[in-house]
Amino acid sequence: MDEKKKVGVFVCHCGRNIAQTVDIEKLMEKVREKYDVELVEDNMYMCSDPGQNLLKESIQAKNLNRVIVAACSRDMHEPTFRSAAQEAGLNPYLVEIANIREQVSWVHDDKEKATEKASKIIGSTIEKVIRDEPLEPLKIPVVQRALVIGGGIAGIQAALDIADAGYEVTLVEKSPTIGGHMAQLAETFPTLDCSQCILTPKMVAVSRHPKINLLTTSEVVSVDGYVGNFKVQIRKNPRYVDVDKCNLCDDCTAVCPVVVHDEYNQSLSPRKAIYIPFPQAVPASYVIDEETCLGIDPLICSKCKDVCLVEAINFDMQPEIIEEEFGAIIVATGYDTYPIENIGEYGYGAHPDIISGLDFERLLSANGPTQGVIRRPSDGKVPKTVVFVHCAGSRDPAKHLPYCSKICCMYSTKHALQYKHLVHDGTAINFYIDVRTAGKDYEEFYKRAAEEEKVIYVRGKVSEIIEDGDQLLVKGVDTLLGEAVEVHADLVVLATGLVPSKGTQEISHLLKLSCDSKGFLKEAHPKLKPVESALSGIFIAGTASGPKDIPETVSQASGAAAKAATILASEFLEREPQIAQVDPTTCGLCHTCINVCPYGAIYLDEGVRRITVREALCEGCGSCAAACPSGSIELKNSTSEGIRAQIKALLQG
Amino acid sequence: MSTSKQEQESGIKNPNPKIVLFLCRWCSGKGADLAGTSRLNYPPNVLPIMVNCTSRIDPRFIVEAFLDGADGVLVTGCHFGDCHYKTGNYKAYRRLSLVAKLLKQVGVNPKRFRLTWISATEATKFVKVTTEMVEDLKKLPPYWSNENGGDSDE
Ligand SMILES: Cc1cc2nc3c(=O)[nH]c(=O)nc-3n(C[C@H](O)[C@H](O)[C@H](O)COP(=O)(O)OP(=O)(O)OC[C@H]3O[C@@H](n4cnc5c(N)ncnc54)[C@H](O)[C@@H]3O)c2cc1C
Repeated sequence: MDEKKKVGVFVCHCGRNIAQTVDIEKLMEKVREKYDVELVEDNMYMCSDPGQNLLKESIQAKNLNRVIVAACSRDMHEPTFRSAAQEAGLNPYLVEIANIREQVSWVHDDKEKATEKASKIIGSTIEKVIRDEPLEPLKIPVVQRALVIGGGIAGIQAALDIADAGYEVTLVEKSPTIGGHMAQLAETFPTLDCSQCILTPKMVAVSRHPKINLLTTSEVVSVDGYVGNFKVQIRKNPRYVDVDKCNLCDDCTAVCPVVVHDEYNQSLSPRKAIYIPFPQAVPASYVIDEETCLGIDPLICSKCKDVCLVEAINFDMQPEIIEEEFGAIIVATGYDTYPIENIGEYGYGAHPDIISGLDFERLLSANGPTQGVIRRPSDGKVPKTVVFVHCAGSRDPAKHLPYCSKICCMYSTKHALQYKHLVHDGTAINFYIDVRTAGKDYEEFYKRAAEEEKVIYVRGKVSEIIEDGDQLLVKGVDTLLGEAVEVHADLVVLATGLVPSKGTQEISHLLKLSCDSKGFLKEAHPKLKPVESALSGIFIAGTASGPKDIPETVSQASGAAAKAATILASEFLEREPQIAQVDPTTCGLCHTCINVCPYGAIYLDEGVRRITVREALCEGCGSCAAACPSGSIELKNSTSEGIRAQIKALLQG
Repeated sequence: MSTSKQEQESGIKNPNPKIVLFLCRWCSGKGADLAGTSRLNYPPNVLPIMVNCTSRIDPRFIVEAFLDGADGVLVTGCHFGDCHYKTGNYKAYRRLSLVAKLLKQVGVNPKRFRLTWISATEATKFVKVTTEMVEDLKKLPPYWSNENGGDSDE
C-alpha cells in the first residue's frame, strides 16, 4: 500500500458505439480534472492491436502500476487487457474494466448525462483499482474424466469422441436405454437412410468402449465445484433386472399381467411392466417399470421372477448414489415435442387419427406398432389421403410457440415421401406457411417430393380440423390462390416443433445454467461460443440449446467433446485468486464466517487456533466478508473499505 | 437542486435522483449488459457497482449510501435457486429485508430501497425495474432535502 499509485485510464471509442453517446473529449477532461491519475488516453478500438500497444507502451513509459480500461463489459475484454498488461510487466489483477458501453452508451441518449455517468463509473473504478493488490492465479489439478448428461445422439457422439481421445467418460442417461429420439425415427432426411441402422452401431460402440462408463436409469442429483474439479452425485435408480444376467429370452413379458402404454411407440401400442424399450436397446437388458409393476413393494406378483431361469430379476434392488469427480461436463439432455394436446384448433389431440410427427415415425417403422404398414389408429385402415400440417403450434406467438423449429418442414416432406413409397396410390398433401429447406441437399429433397414424386404442397395455414363421418375435414386457405380450401383426409399428421425436454429444464436448475426465453439452454455466445455455457467447464450439445437436425446435433457434440478434451488435456488449470482472507489480529473466532460459507471452505485450525480459508474451495462470493462482525475476513480485491469508497465516488463524482 | 414550474406541477420533487445500483456478476450484471446489447433504454440515474454476489453486500453499505448522498439504493441479484454461489441470494434476502425494515422504522420511505431478482436474460425486467425506481424517486424530495435526511417530515 506504500508505493504511489500511478493510474492510467484508457478510454475506448469502440468506433462510434461509445463515442456517439459519450463525449470522449469531455470525459477525458473530467477524469483528468477530478481524479488523481497519471495518464488518460483514448483509442478508436482499445481491443485492437494499436489499442493494446498503446496500453503496453504507456505502462512502461509512465511506470503505471494500475490500469483502467473504460470500454465494454468485463465479460468481453477483461482477459484481453489483463494479458496485455501482463505482457508489459504488470500484474493482471491490477487492471479493471469500467463498463461504459453496455451500461452507458448503449442504454442512454442524453450525451451530457451519459458522459457524466461514464465519468462517475470511472471514478468509482479508480477507487477499486488503487486498492487492488497483485494476485497470483491458483493452480489446481484437473480431474481427467468427463461427465456427459443425456444419451441421445448428441450425448453418444460426445462420449465416443472424448473416449476416443483417451479420456474416461461417464455417460448418464435417465431412461433405461441410450438412443434418445433418434431411436424412434424410421428414416432420416435428406438421404432416407434408416435411423436405427446408423444409430445402433454407435450405441453398441458406447457399450463396448473401455473408457466409457454407461449409467442408464440414472440421474445427476447434485453438482459442486468448478472447472477441472466438479464433484457430482449420481443416483442410479434400480432396474430390477441384472443387466449381466439377462439373456433377452423374453419369457418374462409373456407372463407379466400388467399392460401399459409403450412410450417408445408413442403409446400407439401396449407393453408390459417388464419390458425392453426396443430390441437394440443398450444396455441389452429388460427393465421393470417400478410405477406399474406389482412385484415391488408390496410384492403382489412375482410371475416374471418365477420364470426367469437365469435369475436376473431382483425386486429388492435399491437406488444407489454414486459420487465421482469430473474435469468437464457436457449437457446433452435434448428436446420434447410440443404437445398436440395444446393445439385446440386441431382438436386437442383427442381424435385418434390426428397424430404428431413423432407418432407417424412409429407408424413408418418396421419395429413400430404396425410393423411399418401405415394404418390409422382409429380402425387400422390404410389411409388413402394424408394431410401433413406444417408449423402446427409453431410460429404462432399469440397462442403457441413463437419460433420456427427448422426441422419440421423437412420431416413433413420426408413423411410425405415415405408415405408415397408405401402407399403408391395414396395422396399426400402438405399445408405449409413457407417451406424452409436450409441445409445441404435439403432443397433438392423437397424438389424431389414436390416435382418428381407428386406430393401436393398447398401454401396456407390450416384453421380447423373436424370429424366428418369416418374421415377428417381439413379446412384452410390457399394463400396463393386466395381461396378457402377443404380437403377430406383419412389421417392428419401435425408437424409439431421442438421444446426443451423436461430433463433439460431440470438440469438447467441443477447446474445453474441460464436459459433463453424459450427455456432452451443459453450458450455463452450465440455465434462464437455455441457449445459453451456461461459456466466454464460446462458445455452444451444438441437440441438442449435449441431445435436442430441430426447433422447439426452431431457437429455440436463433436465440438463440445473437443472443448471438454482441451480441459482434460491440461494437468493444471488456473483459478481466480479472488478469495477470502482472514486477519487473525482482529478475528474473535466467533465462527460466523464458517456458518455462512456455502462451500465449507472456512474452518478453525485447532493447532494455531486460527480461522483459516481452504483456498481450493473458496469461490469468492464474499458472503463471509459481509457477515463478519469485526470486519476480520475480507474478499481479496473486494474489501469493504473499497466498496464503500466506490459508492462514495459514484455519488460524489 | 431547483425544480422547474412544470416539474412542480407534475409532482416532480427531484428531477435527478441518484440511485446506487448493486449488480451481481452472474445474473443481474449480465442482465444489465444484455439491456445494452439489446439497445434498450433507461434513465442514467442508476449508478452501477458490481459485486460477485449479493451476499457480499454488507447491510451497512446500504445505510452508508444514503449518508453519502444517495436518494435510493437498488440491489439486484440472481433469482432464488439460480445463485452462482448456491445460496448467496437467500442470505442477501434475509440480511437486506432487515435493512428495509430498519430504514422504514427510522423514517425512510420504502420506495428508496428495493431488492429484486433479475436473471441474465431479463434485460426487459432490468429496464422496467430501474425505470420504475427512477420515476418513483422523482416524486420524492431529495433524501437530503432536510438537515436530518430521510422522509420523516412527510
Ligand atoms: C418427428 C421428427 C422427425 C425427425 N426427423 C429427422 C430426420 O429425418 N433427420 C434429422 O436430421 N433430424 C430429424 N429429427 C431431429 C432429431 O430427432 C434430433 O436432431 C436429434 O434426435 C437430437 O438429439 P439430442 O441428442 O439432442 O436429443 P434427444 O434425442 O432428445 O436425446 C436426449 C437424451 O437425454 C436424456 N435426458 C434428458 N434429460 C436428462 C437428464 N436430466 N439426465 C439424464 N438424461 C437425460 C433423454 O432421455 C434422451 O435420451 C426429427 C425430429 C422429429 C421430432
